[in-house]
Amino acid sequence: MELNANIPSGPIEQKWDKARFEMKLVNPANKRRHTLIVVGSGLAGASAAATLGELGYHVKCFCFQDSPRRAHSIAAQGGINAAKNYQNDGDSVYRLFYDTVKGGDFRAREANVYRLAQISVHIIDQCVAQGVPFAREYGGTLTNRSFGGAQVSRTFYARGQTGQQLLLGAYQALERQVNAGTVEMFPRTEMLDLIVIDGKARGIVTRNLVTGEINTHLGDAVILGTGGYGNVFFLSTNAKGSNVTACWRAHKRGALFANPCFTQIHPTCIPVSGEYQSKLTLMSESLRNDGRIWVPLQKGDKRSPDQIPEAERDYYLERRYPSFGNLVPRDVASRNAKYVCDEGRGVGETGLGVYLDFGDAIRRLGRKTIEERYGNLFDMYQRITDEDPYKVPMRIYPAIHYTMGGLWVDYQLMSTIPGLFVIGEANFSDHGANRLGASALMQGLSDGYFIVPYTVGNYLATNKLGKIDADDPEIRNSVACVQQTIQKLLSINGKRTVDSFHRQLGKIVWDYCGMSRTAQGLETAIGQIRELRDEYWQNVKVVGSADDLNQSLEKAGRVADFFELAELMCIDARERNESCGGHFREEYQTEDGEAQRDDENYSYVAAWGYRGYGNYPELFKEPLDFEYVHPSQRSYK
Amino acid sequence: MRVTLKIWRQASRGGSGKFVSYPVDNVNPDMSMLECLDVLNEQLIERGEEPVAFEHDCREGICGSCGFMINGVAHGPLPATTVCQLTMRHFKDGETLTLEPWRARAFPLIKDLVVDRRSFDRIIASGGYISTSTGGACDGNDILVPKETADRAMDAAACIGCGACVAACPNASAALFTGAKITHLGVLPQGKPEQDRRAIAMVAQMNAEGFGGCTNIGECTGVCPKEIPLEVIAAMNRDYLRGSWRARDNVVTPIRPFTEWSTGSKLKNDPTGG
Ligand SMILES: Cc1cc2nc3c(=O)[nH]c(=O)nc-3n(C[C@H](O)[C@H](O)[C@H](O)COP(=O)(O)OP(=O)(O)OC[C@H]3O[C@@H](n4cnc5c(N)ncnc54)[C@H](O)[C@@H]3O)c2cc1C
Ligand code: SF4
Ligand code: FES
Repeated sequence: MELNANIPSGPIEQKWDKARFEMKLVNPANKRRHTLIVVGSGLAGASAAATLGELGYHVKCFCFQDSPRRAHSIAAQGGINAAKNYQNDGDSVYRLFYDTVKGGDFRAREANVYRLAQISVHIIDQCVAQGVPFAREYGGTLTNRSFGGAQVSRTFYARGQTGQQLLLGAYQALERQVNAGTVEMFPRTEMLDLIVIDGKARGIVTRNLVTGEINTHLGDAVILGTGGYGNVFFLSTNAKGSNVTACWRAHKRGALFANPCFTQIHPTCIPVSGEYQSKLTLMSESLRNDGRIWVPLQKGDKRSPDQIPEAERDYYLERRYPSFGNLVPRDVASRNAKYVCDEGRGVGETGLGVYLDFGDAIRRLGRKTIEERYGNLFDMYQRITDEDPYKVPMRIYPAIHYTMGGLWVDYQLMSTIPGLFVIGEANFSDHGANRLGASALMQGLSDGYFIVPYTVGNYLATNKLGKIDADDPEIRNSVACVQQTIQKLLSINGKRTVDSFHRQLGKIVWDYCGMSRTAQGLETAIGQIRELRDEYWQNVKVVGSADDLNQSLEKAGRVADFFELAELMCIDARERNESCGGHFREEYQTEDGEAQRDDENYSYVAAWGYRGYGNYPELFKEPLDFEYVHPSQRSYK
Repeated sequence: MRVTLKIWRQASRGGSGKFVSYPVDNVNPDMSMLECLDVLNEQLIERGEEPVAFEHDCREGICGSCGFMINGVAHGPLPATTVCQLTMRHFKDGETLTLEPWRARAFPLIKDLVVDRRSFDRIIASGGYISTSTGGACDGNDILVPKETADRAMDAAACIGCGACVAACPNASAALFTGAKITHLGVLPQGKPEQDRRAIAMVAQMNAEGFGGCTNIGECTGVCPKEIPLEVIAAMNRDYLRGSWRARDNVVTPIRPFTEWSTGSKLKNDPTGG
């Protein structure tokens, strides 16, 4: 298979205009005859479903929560980027484009990123019109902050609840279409397989999570906005339900999975406190604007932080990166925290933590200012840890947060299965090997509001989609697969719970395919994952039945897919003999311990094809060309 | 520490339910209420019993999935805190905690601690939005919003749709939830054109769903994890009255509330896609 990204020709500023002009349009009167299936109601899914509904298509939208408003996007705190240059500090579409390509360590597609930067400005307008209560200046204009190490202030926010407010905007637009009759919403409904007929995506198989009923939904295109796969690590900052199942089952039906090993570890999370821990809590990155990160100079220094004099503290980020200091990108900050903890200088009971200290900031700016800036985050920290961060430095440690990898899509956001579109975190498209802060919300909404509504239309207008026979063997086959998996999981009746397997799997992936990786470690991990997976299929215990609300059964299916994905992540990480962004291979580093890319050999997207359970997957390469932003070694010194 | 969880167990809507007591040892004071349930559930599964069904997702107090009564109080004893963020250190060693689902006619029970809150979605669908379609927006800074107004809108918009207000209210009223959305959109200049019809439609839907009337008791705001203030109810009443006066001719037809999970059979293998 030749991977063709279908990037329009011409100068980068004109590509999207050109593509839109070349697209065929669907006759307005015909739109309602097309049924479109949107899986996911996060920023990407809800915005796509609402917009497609507004255009007049018949849309069916699915989510596994009890309401579309609860999608994981709701938890995003920090903000959303847009190249508005309202602050007059030198921002521009080109600069946002440049920063994103560079931040992604030159492993993203230039044309996609440029389009994202162009669209960013429309997103803000759209959200304001919907009533999203972005922060304002006294004069009534929108306010911005600098975020995630950006040197311009281009981040828009709504207190610490930006994701919530953007999602509620999209959710309300979606409910408006539900009321108008263009969108049918199916909450508590999980997609468990994709239906591919004559090589085209034509529907999905779902399980009603309340009644257990297995249904099929057919249509002319399927759009997946099902989020990222960070929960493969068990402990992550993702919502508990986030999973890879929809994407993975589509992968098994022929969609290539791109760059699975590109995962992002966020540096500022609350450290793990015990075995029972079910998830990790992110502390917004904005804290690094004023907090200073340090550990004791001496190994095993058990004194309480206020007893450690200034001279015996190591502000290691400020020391190693004098120009960016505490604001280095996420991957760099995370890795350095790991190093100092590996050296035995970590703090807290487990030794897996570093201090984020606001002492200086409070002395300089006063407690009131700090309260205004970070009050809700400080409260949250205190609620969880029972420590007062105004008095004692916070303890933080990196945690998995976002996955840059995902289903491969072309410029039209279509996967390698015609008619299957993938949007939001579920696709691999725009962030390369590392995502910059406040850019996931931007991408989700860009894909959903402004890109996929056009490209799906073009697909419908240029493809002849025949009528589907309800008895098509492909439909029966997909339904049978789903039923078999469910029956199998319920019948094993072994000794270990799903969570106990998931926890163990997560630990393997974290240890060997987390912040730093080696060929040998990945080899070990692959062996251990296979072994554990075999045990899973013989020894997992799922109680209850298939015919009602059964949360263990839901988890069991998701964990089964995580096992397969975990192996692919390790294979991908082992295959990529270079370090880039979040993918750090210890064998490939510069003299001072920074990631060393190998542009000559690895400037490509690794897209993997499924070749049957347990078989080695097939690798397809999409070469990346950099016409505008020339690859350079990222340096934050 | 050690606690006894006395939990409402009910297999399905049709069936009958009862309280069952479960002792849980090895409770770490740092774990959350939900993690304590996780620990119990792991033990139940190992014993071959069905785990307790409860709703959760973000576990960060923002998605609004979680929620049940603890000793008769929605989301438990800590103010401004959902059960997913409530740590066990707030309970005493040896304490018995009674966990019950939200009880309200408009929130039919599904299983154990899980209820059906789609009535909230329908209240939003009836008018809880600003009618603007993708593409037509003017520049974000063309609409000036005074900071105080934006802050007020944000205070109301913080509602997570958990339903605790309904569960706490002796009348099972949804006034705090509905008022929060009416306030959020109504104070903003973008929301003004539809202020009247929004209030009328949302109140009509709220009534159609079988939520009770508000008699200003104030239990709702006391349990609300986002501390939505009672004044949003006053704003709702004001908008509703003014709207009813100004738009006397508008007829509102509420969305039909349906309470069964009825996505099923009619769609089975339907080639037209239903
Ligand atoms: C704690 C946290 C903070 C963050 N903060 C920021 C930030 O400040 N700025 C920023 O830009 N990004 C941030 N991010 C990242 C960002 O929130 C996410 O990348 C983004 O919201 C993903 O949106 P999405 O629409 O792609 O997917 P999601 O919001 O994850 O939605 C997935 C949807 O798919 C549905 N679904 C999944 N599988 C199935 C299935 N099999 N069947 C049916 N439905 C299914 C779910 O029900 C859900 O509706 C943050 C992430 C986290 C974890
Ligand atoms: S008003 Fe408060 S209690 Fe009611 S749904 Fe909203 S957040 Fe929950
Ligand atoms: S689980 Fe999301 S609010 Fe509690």
